[in-house]
Parts: sequence; structure tokens; C-alpha cells
Amino acid sequence: MWKWLHPYADPERAYQLSDKLLPWFTFLAIAFIATGTVWGLAFAPTDYQQGDSYRIIFIHVPAASMSMAAYMGMATAAFIGLVWQIKAADWTAAAIAPIGAVVTFIALFTGASWGKPMWGTWWVWDARLTSELVLLFLYLGVIALYASFEDKVLAARAAGILAIVGVINIPIIKYSVEWWSSLHQPSTIRITEKSTMSTDMLYPLLINIFGFGLMIGALTLVRFKAEILARNAMRPWVREMALARGAK
Amino acid sequence: MNPRRKKRLALAVGLIGGVAAVASLLLYALNTNLNLFYTPTEITRGKADTGVKPEVGQRIRVGGMVTEGSMVRDPNSLHVEFAVHDAGGGSVIVTYDDLLPDLFREGQGIVAQGVLTADGKLEASEVLAKHDENYMPPEVAEAMGKNHEKLQYSEEQKGGSR
Repeated sequence: MWKWLHPYADPERAYQLSDKLLPWFTFLAIAFIATGTVWGLAFAPTDYQQGDSYRIIFIHVPAASMSMAAYMGMATAAFIGLVWQIKAADWTAAAIAPIGAVVTFIALFTGASWGKPMWGTWWVWDARLTSELVLLFLYLGVIALYASFEDKVLAARAAGILAIVGVINIPIIKYSVEWWSSLHQPSTIRITEKSTMSTDMLYPLLINIFGFGLMIGALTLVRFKAEILARNAMRPWVREMALARGAK
Repeated sequence: MNPRRKKRLALAVGLIGGVAAVASLLLYALNTNLNLFYTPTEITRGKADTGVKPEVGQRIRVGGMVTEGSMVRDPNSLHVEFAVHDAGGGSVIVTYDDLLPDLFREGQGIVAQGVLTADGKLEASEVLAKHDENYMPPEVAEAMGKNHEKLQYSEEQKGGSR
């Protein structure tokens, strides 16, 4: 069933594929984020209670939801790398981790700066906020583990196990606002029922969420390419390519 | 799949399952402690599962809706008193001596942290406004008859005794 995928486990093929995909991801990410952000910040109506302050949602919600999606991507890659021992999957996981950490930080930071005027506090040890902070530490742990072994096969195994164990945090973040009484509001975007947001606010938000996903994809491709080159620096195809591009 | 891969797959799935089981037991055990606040009903009747009531002098958080028409403001200072109720029918009076957050309205969800006094009031040192998941333009809110005016403070109140 997955036979067609096997050639892409080869570093050279994976590199060429990412090279081909990268401009598409970059272009679409810029187009979506530009549209969503301009629409959201300049044209969407103000909120009845929060006025213009609610506009942080156009950055906060995409960052927060994509921080979880990126984690799932990283954990899936780590799982494949661990079970099937495909090095390209390990490199993908290593490529996603720092991007996910930054996106998580953006979510926490924008949330705090909105929380101060709206709730009246920067931070509260609420289930949602705390579990999102744990997600940041998980990302940092994966980055640190991967960086601290000289042998990258071993490093990927250690980091991969942490990434897989950390998956348990994702449903906790997602459902924290429903399981416990928290200060953080429940989710506005509903998949099965009508979202509790007027549509002229919802569309730019959805566009930005999609744009953030594409942006993470593009950044992952850049880091993935660099990771392939770093791990295969001694291979003839890398040397040939470097020479063809004028390296000394 | 070769046997080595099968073994690794079993190990990885076992790892996830084990951690999930541990985490769910842990969260189940900690369940009530993970709630950020007491509801007014829990203050008068105790927690639903354990019956634990907060004691007088204890620092607690109370969460609920500000009762419509219950807010009494001192014209010369920031002192304010309001009732907080919940769906369970409980109600508790909260007193506060500072600027309220932007989102504070009658009918709005809030979380107040403070000390429970002997007469059953909560002397709050911090009042946080809880936002709900609804977002809409002002015209729509107007049409639905929603209250969305911000609190106004006079100069006297701002300069008044704390």
C-alpha cells in the first residue's frame, strides 16, 4: 500500500521533492496570511464588548491551534522514525520542533498581552494556559534532546520518545476548557455545529489559520532541507550539488 | 512487516497507551483541584463530590455571573459591591476596591480572588473578567439587546480613597 512512498525515504529524492514544494508553500503561505491579516485587522467589524482589542485573535488562535497541529506532525514523524527507522522521518521531527516552539511562544505571548486588558491579568494558572506552557516545555525538551547527542540516530530516538509521550498533552490542551472551569473561554470555532462568531470575523480567521499551517509547512521544508544536507554532507550527491552551485 | 519492526511498533503503541492511562488516572484523581475556582453554590453547600466547604478567612477564587442590578458603587471611591450567582442557584456578595477590568459588566462571567469574611462576603483582592466564546459586531449585539457599555469612572472616584 505504501510502496510508492518508499523512494522518498532516500535523502536525495526527499531533498529534491522539498526543493520543488518549497516555492508553492512559501507563495501560498504569504498570500493567505497577507489576506487574512489585512482583512482581519483592517476590515473585519469590531467586537461588541472588546472593541478593537479582540483583533489579537487573528494571530493568537492560528498560532495556538497550529502549535498543536505542528506537535501532532512532529510526533507522527517521530513515531514513523522510531518504528520503521526511516531517517528522513527523524529529520522531519527535528525540523519541526523549533518552529513549533516559536509558534507556541507566539500563542502564549499574544494571549498574555490580550489577557492583561481584558481579564485583568497577564497570567493565571488556569488549565488551558498551564497545559499550553507544558507544550512549550515539551518542544524545548525535544530540541534539547536532539541537540545533546553527537550520534544523531541515538539523538532522534531519545527526542522521538519524548515527542511521542508528549502527545498526551494535546487532548488535555484541547479539552481543558470543557473538562474544568477555567478563565480561558471555550473554543469559538466549532466543527460540528455553528461557530459562535459572526461570519465576517470568522472568514479572515480561518484564512489565517490555514495560512499559519502553510507557513509552518514552508519553514519545515527549509529546515528539513538543511537537516538532510547536514546529515549527508559526505555523500557524493551533496558534494556534486555543492560544487555545481559554486562552493569551494 | 518484519518481526523487529513489529516489536518496535508494539513497544511504541504500548508506550503511548501506558502514558495515556497514567495521565488519565492522574487527571481523574486531581479533577476537582484542577478547577480554577469555586462556584457560589459550592461555597454555600460545599463541593458536589467531597462536600468540602471553604472556611472563613481562607483565600479562594469564586467564579460566576455578576447578578443583573446587584452592583452598588460608592460615588466617592472605587469601592464596589456586587452579587455573583451561578446556574445552581447559589449567590455570594463580592466587595472590591480597585479598578475593574474592561470586560466587567453586569451579567458577565467573572473570577474573583479574595478572602472569605465571617458574614459570607468575599473581600476580593483581584477581579478577573471571564470572556465567553461569542464574538459579534456592535450592531448585531444591539439588535440582540446585549449590554456592552464599559464602566465609566468619574474623576472623583479615580482620586478617591482606596
